[in-house]
Amino acid sequence: MEKRLRNIILGHSDQIIKNWLVKLDDNKVTEYGSTISQEAIEQTNREFVNVIFSNIENNGESNDLQEFSEKIVNLGWPLGYLTEGMQAFRSVAIRTILEDIGETKNNEEFLSIMEGVNDWVDPIKNRLINEYSSNWTNIVSLQKVALQELSAPLIPVMEGITVMPLVGTIDTDRAKLIMENLLNGVIKNNAEVVLIDITGVPVVDTMVAHHIIQAAEAVRLVGSQCILVGIRPEIAQTIVNLGIDLRNFPTKSSLQKGFRTALEMTGAKVVSESESEGDEIENILNSIEKE
Amino acid sequence: MKGTLSNVPIAKELDIVGARQTGRNIATELGFSSVDQARIATAISELARNIYLYAKKGEITFQQVEGVAPVGLKIIAKDNGPGIKDISKSMIDGYSTSGGLGAGLPGVKRLMDDFDIMSSDEGTTIHVIKWLR
Ligand SMILES: Nc1ncnc2c1ncn2[C@@H]1O[C@H](COP(=O)(O)OP(=O)(O)O)[C@@H](O)[C@H]1O
Ligand SMILES: [Mg+2]
Repeated sequence: MEKRLRNIILGHSDQIIKNWLVKLDDNKVTEYGSTISQEAIEQTNREFVNVIFSNIENNGESNDLQEFSEKIVNLGWPLGYLTEGMQAFRSVAIRTILEDIGETKNNEEFLSIMEGVNDWVDPIKNRLINEYSSNWTNIVSLQKVALQELSAPLIPVMEGITVMPLVGTIDTDRAKLIMENLLNGVIKNNAEVVLIDITGVPVVDTMVAHHIIQAAEAVRLVGSQCILVGIRPEIAQTIVNLGIDLRNFPTKSSLQKGFRTALEMTGAKVVSESESEGDEIENILNSIEKE
Repeated sequence: MKGTLSNVPIAKELDIVGARQTGRNIATELGFSSVDQARIATAISELARNIYLYAKKGEITFQQVEGVAPVGLKIIAKDNGPGIKDISKSMIDGYSTSGGLGAGLPGVKRLMDDFDIMSSDEGTTIHVIKWLR
């Protein structure tokens, strides 16, 4: 019986595919992809039905289910695309079988056909769902980690002084995160001074500048001070060309210089050993020259 | 290389980064200094972001041109958005309809050598050129 159903389905694959594609249109599964071209949807539908058939042919032993689920996740299509697609396939398959064997003699036979079809539709559907959700969870958690790691780390260097090194492009979402982390961090670390290091920011346009200015203003509101450091010469030039006014808070070319300013602002004593060392070396050099 | 070098559609925020990257690569290839590369990248950023913010969709085209200098990089930002209501106001520092800094367009004019703007209710086209000196 099972084999007989399978043979009917494989024998009528062309017709099933045709009816299935029509049914998908009826079901408005395609609505999910309103921003995607009709062509891409049709191509994916065809791939979907091929995956189903190759699983029937190979008794569920093929890897393309996994690949296909992954693809749907990457396309950003909802799980419903897969479940409704399988639902549609089930009803098309049952209809095709019933038409093929003609009049059903009794309810018993009808039920066993239903069960036969369910027995291989459900495993395919379950595997698609499982693959879809594990792919999805994986992507989300990876992105979360990547975002938190990259976005806006806050480093409490010493009492009262915190550094936020920014690396990479700043878009709207990241700018929000920077602002949040900055304010939370300033309060949590009890920072008097925050050094925002933009050495690793490739382009400082008016949007980035605007966000930095707003962040600095917000930091001031919670009672701390911002110093903008790591302004590369070419960035300084473009900021001037853009006519952006950064005079409202201190800026320094390097993190080292900014840190020195921060120490002064927090009232820490700056004991410069390098100068006395330099003197010593100079004295040595002088004495050698005299000999 | 001559004529149109590249065409970058702008439809989502990430496309701004793509346009900037393309422009910077072309500028490097044409031999622009690192300061000019930064100026060009910043100008592209402003123009592409304006498309994304105010017109939703558009494109940035890069062309190699000849004129007052043998080599120039021309950048065309084109969209079919609502257009700029008052062009002369939009060129004043600090004028913004979106609560931004309003330094984008006047800034681009200062960052680049040539600046041309056309805008109507059928869209906006901005031509800018940086000459290699
Ligand atoms: N491509 C565009 N389409 C429609 N309006 C635009 C476009 N580009 C700029 N504008 C208008 O010009 C104003 C000034 O632009 P800009 O100088 O870049 O400053 P900002 O983007 O910070 O507002 C914008 O606020 C907007 O009203
Ligand atoms: Mg702008």
